[in-house]
Amino acid sequence: MARTLKLRIWRGNDEDGALQDVTVEGNNGEVVLDIIHRVQATQLGDLAVRWNCKAGKCGSCSMEINGKPRLACMTQISAYGDDEVITITPLRAFPVIKDLVTDVSFNYKKALEVRAYEHPVDLKPGEARMQQVDVERSQEFRKCIECFLCQDTCHVIRDHEENKKSFAGPRFFIRIAELDMHPLDTLRNRKQSAQTEHGLGMCNITKCCTEVCPEHIRITDNAIIPMKERVVDVKYDPLRWLGSVIRKRDGIL
Amino acid sequence: MAIDTPGTGVFSQGRAKLSARTLRTDKWWLTPFVTFLVLFSFIVYATFRAFENGKYFAQPLISPFYSPCLSTDCVKDSPSFVGTIFGTYHIFGMTVSPSLFILIFPLAFRLTCYYYRKAYYRSFWMSPPACAVAEPHAKYTGETRAPLILQNGHRYAFYAGLVLNVFLSIDAIGAFRNEKGQWGHMSIGTLVLLANATFLWLYSLSCHTCRHTIGGRLRNFSKHPVRYKLWTWVSILNHKHQNFAWISLFGVALADLYVRQVSGHSIRNLYFF
Ligand code: SF4
Ligand code: SF4
Ligand code: FES
Ligand code: FES
Repeated sequence: MARTLKLRIWRGNDEDGALQDVTVEGNNGEVVLDIIHRVQATQLGDLAVRWNCKAGKCGSCSMEINGKPRLACMTQISAYGDDEVITITPLRAFPVIKDLVTDVSFNYKKALEVRAYEHPVDLKPGEARMQQVDVERSQEFRKCIECFLCQDTCHVIRDHEENKKSFAGPRFFIRIAELDMHPLDTLRNRKQSAQTEHGLGMCNITKCCTEVCPEHIRITDNAIIPMKERVVDVKYDPLRWLGSVIRKRDGIL
Repeated sequence: MAIDTPGTGVFSQGRAKLSARTLRTDKWWLTPFVTFLVLFSFIVYATFRAFENGKYFAQPLISPFYSPCLSTDCVKDSPSFVGTIFGTYHIFGMTVSPSLFILIFPLAFRLTCYYYRKAYYRSFWMSPPACAVAEPHAKYTGETRAPLILQNGHRYAFYAGLVLNVFLSIDAIGAFRNEKGQWGHMSIGTLVLLANATFLWLYSLSCHTCRHTIGGRLRNFSKHPVRYKLWTWVSILNHKHQNFAWISLFGVALADLYVRQVSGHSIRNLYFF
């Protein structure tokens, strides 16, 4: 079913820019990325957009459609009414490079700050054995496609540029949780550093990251809140602290 | 307002230049608005009831707002056993409602609950009001400082909540009596108190702290098969924690209202047998 779509596409760079009205043909069954490509091919040859797989798996086509952080390749145009104007802007938490393309290098910097997995020294390659029940929780977080929609929508940095230096963001909280729940990782201070270095305490569990995640990772319930509870174990629970001292257990650390 | 200050948040230098604080076209304000109204109404009702200091006992029913009974008004008949050790309280000559000593615990429990935190941060504090809608605050430090750092004490409020659940369960069992205190009877009030206790247990058992304590804190589930099993069950409940939070909130208010009406002789507590 052919239909005429009314779009407003943001165009500009890191200094200036504005929404531009565009009218273009489309068919239900197509996704917003298809429409952007048609605009690019027929009207705005220099419109910049980042994409790769068109299958919701590379995480490149993140943008904001009618104000919601989404993957353009997974957003059906049939979801929008005939009279509706579809507004397409770049991610609003990161600096713009050109048009719909933003500079997401903030996230790469934060990725480097998370200490890598540390393998037990006494286990040679090929000797490691893990049970499925022990890796299940971490596996959910491995579904992440690094689209950074969660980072974009998180109000801690979206609304407060100054927090970027001290806050890693939900994508990296699931990374930290993944490692802290990993049956073999030997690095033991992940809980403390989650709080002191990566800004876990800044998160107020308002769940916007979970709402926008295209992989439906339950970021807040399964990673952030469990990590907050683990932080309480080592930092804020005097009874637990006492227990661990008396019994000399390192299980919780 | 801070949000319109150039150079902060979504208006920061380098970000896409747009004047709207959100471009969302759906009714994003509806959920926080309704949440605010419901929570606010509950607070008003609970405050009124806490200070009313009356109409909380009608043999064999006791209001959840006044249980365990700490006043002499209900001790002789109440199934909750702490009764007599406390008498009636006076501070500067004014009678203090015994409810106040009880309600601080569920208040702390719900205030520090991970779900309610989300609900009131969004609806009362608008931090953020909805996803991708700029919040109206210039500064934000989350839960890193006093007073919000106290949210980390949720587990203690959870333990207190469990104790109260035990009292409320005893009250529900005690409601299998008639007005003369004889056992083996059942009334609408029995169902009301039973439902209230059930919802509160579901709310507590689905709590994130409960999930953590029961097994979530373990690194190797395979070494703790029983705790792993319990953890999977609690995880199923935990998925519905938000629903239990609301149902139990309504449950407790309605149970109190029912006892109040029976106690004030506005309605009769009908007996099945
Ligand atoms: S739950 Fe926490 S990390 Fe996720 S969007 Fe909200 S504040 Fe950010
Ligand atoms: S957690 Fe989800 S929203 Fe965040 S980067 Fe990964 S896939 Fe994207
Ligand atoms: S193009 Fe790969 S996720 Fe959209
Ligand atoms: S009661 Fe809601 S998280 Fe504990």
